[in-house]
Amino acid sequence: MEATISQALYGISYGLLLFMLAAGLTLIFSMMGVLNFAHASFYMLGAYVAYQISNWLGFWPALILAPIVLFFLGAAVERWGLRRVHKWGHLPELLFTFGLSYIIVELVQVIWGRAPVAYRVPPELDGAVLWLQKYDITFPQYRMFMMAVAIAILIALWLVLTRTRIGLVIQASLTHPQQVEALGHNVPRVFMLVFGGGCALAGLAGVVGGNAFVTEPAMASTVGAIVFVVIVVGGMGSLAGAFIASVAIGLLESFGKVSDWSIAKLGTSMGFVVDAGTFGYDVLRLTLSQVAPVLPYLVLVLILIVRPKGLLGTRED
Amino acid sequence: MHEVTAASEHALGDSAPTDIALALDSVGKRFGRTEIIRGVSIRIPRGERHAIIGPNGAGKSTLFNLISGRFEVTSGRIALNGCDITNRKPYQINRMGLSRSFQITNLFHRLSVFDNLRCSVLYALGHRHSFWKNLNKLVDVEQRAEAILERVGLKRRRDIVAGLLTYAEQRALEIGIAIAGGANVILLDEPTAGMSRGESKHAVELIRDVTEGRTLVMVEHDMSVVFDLADRISVLVYGKVIATGSPAEIRGSEAVREAYLGQPVAVA
Amino acid sequence: MRATPMLAYKPINLGRWVVWGLTAVLFLLLPAYFNRGFSLTLLSQMGVTIIFALSYNMLLGQSGMLSFGHAVYSGLGAFFAIHALRWIGAGTLIWPTSLLPLIGGAAGALFGVIFGYLTTRRAGTPFAMITLGIGEMVFAASLMFPGFFGGEGGITADRAAGAPFLGIPGITFGPQIQVYYLIAAWCFVSIVAMYALTQTPLGRIANAVRDNPERAEFIGYNPQRVRWLMLILSGFFAGVAGALAAINFEIVSAENVSAIRSGGVLLAAFIGGAAFFFGPILGAVVFVFFAVALSEYTKAWQLYLGGFFVLLVMFAPGGLSSLILMNLRVLKFRKFKRLLDPYFGVLLSALTFAFGTVLLIELMYHVTLDVGQGPVIRLFGMVFDTSRSPAWTFAAMVVGAAAIAFEFYRRRFRHQWHDVQREIEDWVRDNP
Repeated sequence: MEATISQALYGISYGLLLFMLAAGLTLIFSMMGVLNFAHASFYMLGAYVAYQISNWLGFWPALILAPIVLFFLGAAVERWGLRRVHKWGHLPELLFTFGLSYIIVELVQVIWGRAPVAYRVPPELDGAVLWLQKYDITFPQYRMFMMAVAIAILIALWLVLTRTRIGLVIQASLTHPQQVEALGHNVPRVFMLVFGGGCALAGLAGVVGGNAFVTEPAMASTVGAIVFVVIVVGGMGSLAGAFIASVAIGLLESFGKVSDWSIAKLGTSMGFVVDAGTFGYDVLRLTLSQVAPVLPYLVLVLILIVRPKGLLGTRED
Repeated sequence: MHEVTAASEHALGDSAPTDIALALDSVGKRFGRTEIIRGVSIRIPRGERHAIIGPNGAGKSTLFNLISGRFEVTSGRIALNGCDITNRKPYQINRMGLSRSFQITNLFHRLSVFDNLRCSVLYALGHRHSFWKNLNKLVDVEQRAEAILERVGLKRRRDIVAGLLTYAEQRALEIGIAIAGGANVILLDEPTAGMSRGESKHAVELIRDVTEGRTLVMVEHDMSVVFDLADRISVLVYGKVIATGSPAEIRGSEAVREAYLGQPVAVA
Repeated sequence: MRATPMLAYKPINLGRWVVWGLTAVLFLLLPAYFNRGFSLTLLSQMGVTIIFALSYNMLLGQSGMLSFGHAVYSGLGAFFAIHALRWIGAGTLIWPTSLLPLIGGAAGALFGVIFGYLTTRRAGTPFAMITLGIGEMVFAASLMFPGFFGGEGGITADRAAGAPFLGIPGITFGPQIQVYYLIAAWCFVSIVAMYALTQTPLGRIANAVRDNPERAEFIGYNPQRVRWLMLILSGFFAGVAGALAAINFEIVSAENVSAIRSGGVLLAAFIGGAAFFFGPILGAVVFVFFAVALSEYTKAWQLYLGGFFVLLVMFAPGGLSSLILMNLRVLKFRKFKRLLDPYFGVLLSALTFAFGTVLLIELMYHVTLDVGQGPVIRLFGMVFDTSRSPAWTFAAMVVGAAAIAFEFYRRRFRHQWHDVQREIEDWVRDNP
């Protein structure tokens, strides 16, 4: 029971991290019609920049400064790169961000090298959560911190979206981007802010995620694909859908990784004989933990068959 | 309120169902909580040229979108030549014999004029998805496309990329694509929008010519075009048909004038 | 793409036979000129990538489908081919090695049917992401079934193990030159076949669906069905490419279905230009040059490739082929003289800027990744010491100065270019 709760907490914390990424991506996509392929690369950059700043100034300054750095980086990319490509249409915009992701990965390797860097959890957050220990549940403090940050950002995001004017504009553009453009808002500046903001969010995710997981050049690609799955499963343009999908996939990964269950076992428990002679035994005997990397994509395939628009999708795009 | 004249009553009462090319029965459409179309019922007999007019925002384009399958109805039924087409997919409806043009020019902008027309006849001529035949050697496709090209007057623009045509030429191509497949019920959405007087006259002749023997349903704002072409007119106001009848009846109708035409205007 | 110039590429009729004939002759004679081992490898890889990139463009350029997972079809085709090759070698399967690409193609088409049905349910951006997801899924799955996919090490086979070609002793496809001719033959046939496809009803309807899927419905076509069919055909040719890669390298591993491969073919097709049939051919050649030849000289080749790609997206989204054709058009209208001067300035400053940037990047790469090899690097015959500042300051200054010059000449060039383009377009519009 305790192990289950522990696993669930791990899953939720990972899911919330995914949601931080998915939220930024959804906002950029909904507002500007651009799928920011480089989003996961900004996540990686956030981790590396935080690593560098924490080397000079410590973790807590890094937590504040790194996202700010990424905000300006994102805004600059939008202002001098993406904006130029905007007139060619959505396809070139997507390809631009695709090429950008390539370049960012290379630049990171040039500056920090190909090996993982020692971006560590700050000592004051290291160790298990004490009040959970009393119930025999082991759960790292840092993961708790990660969840706290994610939830804080969620609330801040919700407040901005529903209580401020710019939030209203963004909400409207989630479903009707052209009309918002036609309403005469200073669209280029809003674009720059939204793109910068989305990248800052990704960077923040990197700051808290980079030291929980490994900070290395490959971290962008491992998380990037899963974020796209989350977006499609949740429904493009839907923040609520992205939230549900993120947490669901987080839990799926977390429980799947440790499960010994397999179809073969199910068969044997029901009385069938499942052994090396059975047809397709190679597939049947795979345990859930072995299949774990593929699970999110199987969910994607399932959603595509059952409900192509995604869980809460609104836009046909 | 529905003004029914002797002529239209005759059409409703006596005809067998298949003489009615297009029938709408209490069609309604709601977007969220807003009702755009409220209980529209129209019967258009085969071969008739029927115009739908009404003030802006009355729901004319929405009605077209419902008929052609672009939107789903919230209530009611639509029948094409006696067959139910409610909520079917556009390509299914098209294959059953209904074709449409668009208010905002909607062409294959990177293909040449000729290719636009060729593509429009392919399915109807049975070539479907064949990838083993050479398109340039299909004589029936060439002939049909050339014929349409001639009819819409774009012969000398045959190989120009559609996106580069002038506005009037694009509208002509719009009509060409709509009729190319041989559909017998044609929906034209504001075919003369944005045209000058001269261009409109030309377009009217073209439309009259290509819809000979077919059923035409047309949304139009230009009253001279409407009174010139239409056999019957329906007036749509706030999602309801407030009158249906011959041009003379509509012109003389009190209700229509009140809702739409305002002061009587001398229509040349 | 809204701002793509509208050009029609129309080969004249007699010219068509001449063009195909010359291409065939070119393929035949290339090895006579490029006969060193490394060149043959390069040519062979170019041949394979050409088929792969053309198959990709059936989706991108022809049907308007951006896929991030095309390596699935070529990779699975490669896996089926390499297993078949092993069976041929063991005598379990009687099948000519030269026709192995048919097996690869069949596998590619089969998976086109299966995955294509799933992926073509959405279009546009969702389609792109779904292909990414399916690509990752196949890659992840490939590491789970070592029996078929060979795990980390992959599957190997001996390409010379089968019966000799047409019974002629000595033609075993062991030597690279023989493999080159096999690839060249398949490449030629594939190019002809894929070009022929563009002239069929399905090919033209795919174009219509690309331009306006909604209107395509109103002329009787289900866009999803059209896309699915194109994907199956594209998967066939991708599988052919995969099988040839299997023969060429004699090894197939999970890398063949990786996102890197998918990204690579996207780059190749786009760099060449998606709007013209021959664009991806050019792009494949350039891409292989970057990936295989350039990588011999510098560790930074991926950065250069990425940077080159991004520059193209920003300034010439029609790819290299569009640049060539646009200039050819200006030549045809005899207005090229006006561009000579601005071109000179732009190209000179661009080359200097490139030189400075390359120097800076090479210096940085050396410092981070080649520390153990001493502080000195050689570039274009010059020697630079990374541990001292003059090299860095020099590089920075060159970059700075060239950037300013480039910006200046670029504006002048753009002015002239726009004038010329407007004149040409006005003339075309008024003179049908």
